Amino acid sequence: MSTLTDLKIARQFCIKCLVIFFTIIGLTIWSFTFLGLNPIRFFSFFADSNIAPFIARFFSPDLSTPYLLRIGNGILETLSISAIATLLASIISIGLALPTAGRFGPTAKSITRFLCNFLRSVPELVWATIMVLAVGLGPFAGTLALTLHTAGVLGRLFGETLENHPTANNTALVNSGSGRVAAFLYGTLPGIYPQLLSYSLYRWEMNIRMATILGFVGAGGLGQMLFYELSLLREPKASTVIIAMLLLVMVVDAISNKLRAAQLHSMG
Amino acid sequence: MKHHSSSGRPYISDPAASSRLTLLAVSLVILWPMLELAQFQPWLLLNPENIEVLGNFLVQFIPPNTEADFLRIVLVATIETLAMATAGIALAILIAVPLGLTISHSLSISRIGPGSNYLLSKFIRYIARFLMLFLRGIPEIVWALLLVRIFGLGPTAGVLAIAITYGGMLSKVYSEILESGNTLPARALLVAGSGRLAAFLYGLLPSTAQELASYTVYRWECAVRASVVAGFVGAGGLGQLMDQSMKMLNGGEVSTILVVFFILVLLADNISLLIRKQLE
Repeated sequence: MSTLTDLKIARQFCIKCLVIFFTIIGLTIWSFTFLGLNPIRFFSFFADSNIAPFIARFFSPDLSTPYLLRIGNGILETLSISAIATLLASIISIGLALPTAGRFGPTAKSITRFLCNFLRSVPELVWATIMVLAVGLGPFAGTLALTLHTAGVLGRLFGETLENHPTANNTALVNSGSGRVAAFLYGTLPGIYPQLLSYSLYRWEMNIRMATILGFVGAGGLGQMLFYELSLLREPKASTVIIAMLLLVMVVDAISNKLRAAQLHSMG
Repeated sequence: MKHHSSSGRPYISDPAASSRLTLLAVSLVILWPMLELAQFQPWLLLNPENIEVLGNFLVQFIPPNTEADFLRIVLVATIETLAMATAGIALAILIAVPLGLTISHSLSISRIGPGSNYLLSKFIRYIARFLMLFLRGIPEIVWALLLVRIFGLGPTAGVLAIAITYGGMLSKVYSEILESGNTLPARALLVAGSGRLAAFLYGLLPSTAQELASYTVYRWECAVRASVVAGFVGAGGLGQLMDQSMKMLNGGEVSTILVVFFILVLLADNISLLIRKQLE
């Protein structure tokens, strides 16, 4: 909402804003020249070259039943990779969360914090390339790559959740003679469980998206199919894979929007 | 240690054990085919051949390659990545502004009342929405892979891939920002007979400019990361360099590039934060 005072501020002459504005414009123009890009040239490029037939071939996707069955298999593979990776990462992250939240002293805390930051800073594609070396081509490499990256992300989020959760229940159980593991399982976990689940589901959504493209480095799923078909110059089949990717992402988007709306609704 | 239930029977174990075990069993039944599909074979990790290949690769990570010649190549690739992100976002804005303005309901004349071209504008809005969905629904690396086939290896494909995906993404967010703010001034202008563009410029832009700019800068930060990823399929910059070093199993080079990548992401985060603070 803009009030009267806002409008007054907006009318003031701001030399700093102008400097920033022109610096950004200048750097943007410099970027184009550095890369040797001329946006106007793109259009003449499209007119001159023979890429029109290349693009045209994408408009006749291969919709034969056997190929659609393979696509279905690819979708299931992509979903499996993401689901198993998210599940494994959540289990690992519960283990990482305890030291990350400082339950085992400050040294363990800084070590696991560093580990989590490292795991999530390395992009999924880099992990995938390394995992392809470790276990060979195929969906298992993709699963491991997503597990490692997601464990870093969730380890940090779970740790923060644990840190912010009151310890009264846990302490009560320990004081009345329960073991530390049982105290965690019955005193702490039920309280933080919904939050952990919601973080995991959110990461699963992102992992489905990621699992579709990890195949470009040979880590299975729809991505590997697309890479393969494009390498063999089979554009109609590649087009079918792209449509499947688009549909998968749209369906996941729609479901997660519905769930989020339902959750907001139930919270009042 | 024994607890007593209301019936006096002692609980010797978890009272919810049976339901929990059922849940576990059902999950395992669902999980089994998934493990099959993902070819989940952890013993592959213990395969001596694989361990040797990976070990030889990872051992080279320390020390990172710091030869002057290589560092110069990395520096150029880093600048190229930043330039790709910047040029990509600039083109994305060119796509997103018209698309966002078309989609946004706050500038819809047909929402106010029955206009002359009611069906036509509805149709155009549907087309624009579909275009937006199409542009951002396909991941940038897929666009990059396709565009590399058209424009050849190098940053052109990367820039266009970012322009396309982020164009779709920005147009969605632009239209949402325009709808979430105070839309009354624009509505008043439209009701009084102003054109769509004028209603945007005088009725919506003054109150939303800061948020629009701030979000665009934030997206630039994401584009830096995305341009590295797009590089993996040959679309230029740091990603392409990393892909080459990976394929040659040159661990020293890969670790240098990874370190530079971390620094670059940190730098981009801070630049973006700095600009967004200035905007407030």
